[in-house]
Amino acid sequence: MSKIHVTTTINGDPTEFLCEPDETLLDVLRDRLGMTGSKEGCGTGDCGACSVTVDGRLVCSCLVLGAEADGAEIGTIEGLADGDQLHPLQKNFIEKAALQCGICTPGILVAAKSLLDHNPNPTEEETRYWLAGNLCRCTGYDKIIRAVMDTAAEMREAS
Amino acid sequence: MRYLAPETLDDAVQMLGAETGECRVLAGGTDLLVRMRSGFAEPDTVLDIKKISGLRDITPEEGGWRIGAAVSSAEMNEHADLAAAWPGVVEAAGLIGSTQIQGRCTIAGNLCNASPAADSVPALVAARAVVRVAGPDGTRDIPVEEVPTGPGKTSLAKGEFVASIFLPARPENSGDAYLRFIPRTEMDIAVVGCGLSLKLDGAGTCTDACVALGAVGPTVMVVDAAAAALIGTQVDDAALDALAAACSDAATPIADKRGTVEFRKHVSGVLARRAAVIAKSRAGGAA
Repeated sequence: MSKIHVTTTINGDPTEFLCEPDETLLDVLRDRLGMTGSKEGCGTGDCGACSVTVDGRLVCSCLVLGAEADGAEIGTIEGLADGDQLHPLQKNFIEKAALQCGICTPGILVAAKSLLDHNPNPTEEETRYWLAGNLCRCTGYDKIIRAVMDTAAEMREAS
Repeated sequence: MRYLAPETLDDAVQMLGAETGECRVLAGGTDLLVRMRSGFAEPDTVLDIKKISGLRDITPEEGGWRIGAAVSSAEMNEHADLAAAWPGVVEAAGLIGSTQIQGRCTIAGNLCNASPAADSVPALVAARAVVRVAGPDGTRDIPVEEVPTGPGKTSLAKGEFVASIFLPARPENSGDAYLRFIPRTEMDIAVVGCGLSLKLDGAGTCTDACVALGAVGPTVMVVDAAAAALIGTQVDDAALDALAAACSDAATPIADKRGTVEFRKHVSGVLARRAAVIAKSRAGGAA
């Protein structure tokens, strides 16, 4: 099996990698590029722990082949903070205890960022539906939703 | 496994034709990659159609819309004109999976995955959508209901794949709707689905209708008796009763943990009735 050479952009950085044809983008990120922020929960697109954006579109990286990243712009959790400066979503998740074990958190942050990029003023219902593909077994979701809603309000005030 | 990503339809057809082993077409991958991971599909080649010119486009054509086979459900829902023309189809496509799945899943894939419970298919059937199949002998257009032939099976021959799906021009005073029953509010597989499209005349009399049921038989079924129950009526209570009875009669569901035969037959009628009320309202009919 010959490897595929992929040229892509990850969090704004031009990146190249070699991958097997049947290797998922999630496996490439974690095992080849050392970007272990994206988590594997189910591997079948049900849990959202591996959420990334491809050309600005929120997807499960376990359901994307690494080869499909060729020529695309990938966004991962590693691109959320600006250096040491946490994104407002990250700050609010910490301050409002919107995480416990933390496995789902990177995926939820990527998904929440994608929501706010699409809709800076979501209702609680819109937020809950948007994040319905991100499963959390610890928090019961309320603190997550509150953290996202508060961040949205803060970011609207700041802009 | 090999990964191919042709950039033209001709190249794709040629590559598919040249494959001797098992070749699977990759659009959104939300079914295929899950199958591959679980070992239910072990293709020698995966042919990605997303880089083929035009297959990610929603294009106006003869008053209707041609939806490329690689267009995601999210892209359909963001297309205001398409959503205005065929709200039932667009809503059905929008019911499939989470936000993440919506960003990848396609109605062409939903159709070719050939699940009896596919949400977009009853809506496409009710809309009388036409599928353009590309293959070694060129392209051919077939009614959408001729694609699935049983659970997981399609009528596509080796070397063929769906290139696009055409939604015809929306007739005057017409409307469509899709409803499904699931035991929760989001992200589940239809226990029953119903797609319905109807047309009224200036006086509010139904002159044409198409009713399709999903998840109550091995393939999505067109229920002619249900359409007949609406045509010639004002889509009033008596007509809706007849519609519901025709759908409950026509449904041939299995019983499983998600619903008994009796429940699914009953819900087939209930959903058809509710979908007809929505479609009638969209067609401009009186409440």
